[in-house]
Amino acid sequence: MSNSDAKAGRPLSPHLQIYRWPITMTMSILHRVTGMALYFGTLLLAWWLIAAAAGPAYFDVANAVFGSWIGRLVLFGYSWALIHHLLGGLRHFVWDFGAGFSKSARDNLAYANIIASAILTVLVWVVGLLLH
Amino acid sequence: MSMRTPLSRVRGLGSAKEGTGHFWHQRVTGAALAILVTLFLILLIAIAGRPYPEVIAVLSNPFVALLMVLMVAAGAWHMKLGMQVVIEDYFHGGLLIAAVIANTFFSIAVGLATALALLKISFGG
Repeated sequence: MSNSDAKAGRPLSPHLQIYRWPITMTMSILHRVTGMALYFGTLLLAWWLIAAAAGPAYFDVANAVFGSWIGRLVLFGYSWALIHHLLGGLRHFVWDFGAGFSKSARDNLAYANIIASAILTVLVWVVGLLLH
Repeated sequence: MSMRTPLSRVRGLGSAKEGTGHFWHQRVTGAALAILVTLFLILLIAIAGRPYPEVIAVLSNPFVALLMVLMVAAGAWHMKLGMQVVIEDYFHGGLLIAAVIANTFFSIAVGLATALALLKISFGG
C-alpha cells in the first residue's frame, strides 16, 4: 500500500465537498451583501430627493427613470434588500440579548428572515401599486 | 475590590482606543433605523407616483422632514460603520487606510446631500 493510499483512507474533517452548507451561513453572507447594496443604493434616495428639490421638470425625469421597467426592477431589489437587512438586524438584536442560539432557533430565525422578507416585499409592492 | 487606579480603568479601551464604541453605535443606529425605515416605507407607498405638488407638500411637512432627516443621519452613520467592517476584512496596509477614509467621505457626502435636499424642500428654496 502506497503512502498516498494511506492518506486517502483517513477520515477528513469538514471537507468542502462533503460539508453541508448551513442556512445561517447563507444568511450571514446575504446580510453583508444586502448591506453593501443599500450602501450604494442610498445614491438613489439622494438623487430622488435632489430631483424633488430641483423642481417639477427634473422631478419628472427622475420619476420616469424610476417608473420604467428597469427602474422598477432595481427598486424592487432595493426594497427587498432593505427589508431583508432590517429583519436580519432584528435577528442580531435577538442574539445580542443572548437568546436564539440553539440549533433549531438559529435555523428557524434564518428561514423566518428570508420568508418574511419575501412576503413583506411583495406586500409593500402590491399595496403600493394598488394605491395608484 | 479592584487594585487598578481609576486612570488605568478608563484607559482600558483596547488598541483602537474606542472600546466597544463601534459595535454599540452600529446597534443604536440600527434600532433607530428599524423604526425610521419602517415609517419611511409606509410614507413611500403613500406618495410614490403622486404629482409633484403633492409630493412636495408631504415632504415639507415638519414631522415628515424631521423623520427623514433623522433617518438619513442614522443611516449615514450606520452605513459608514457597516462598510468599515467589510473594508477591514479585505483591505490591508495603506489601501486599508485609503478605503476607510473614502468610506467616511462617501457616507458623509451622501448623507449631507440628502439632508440638504430635504431642507431645501422644507424651506421652499
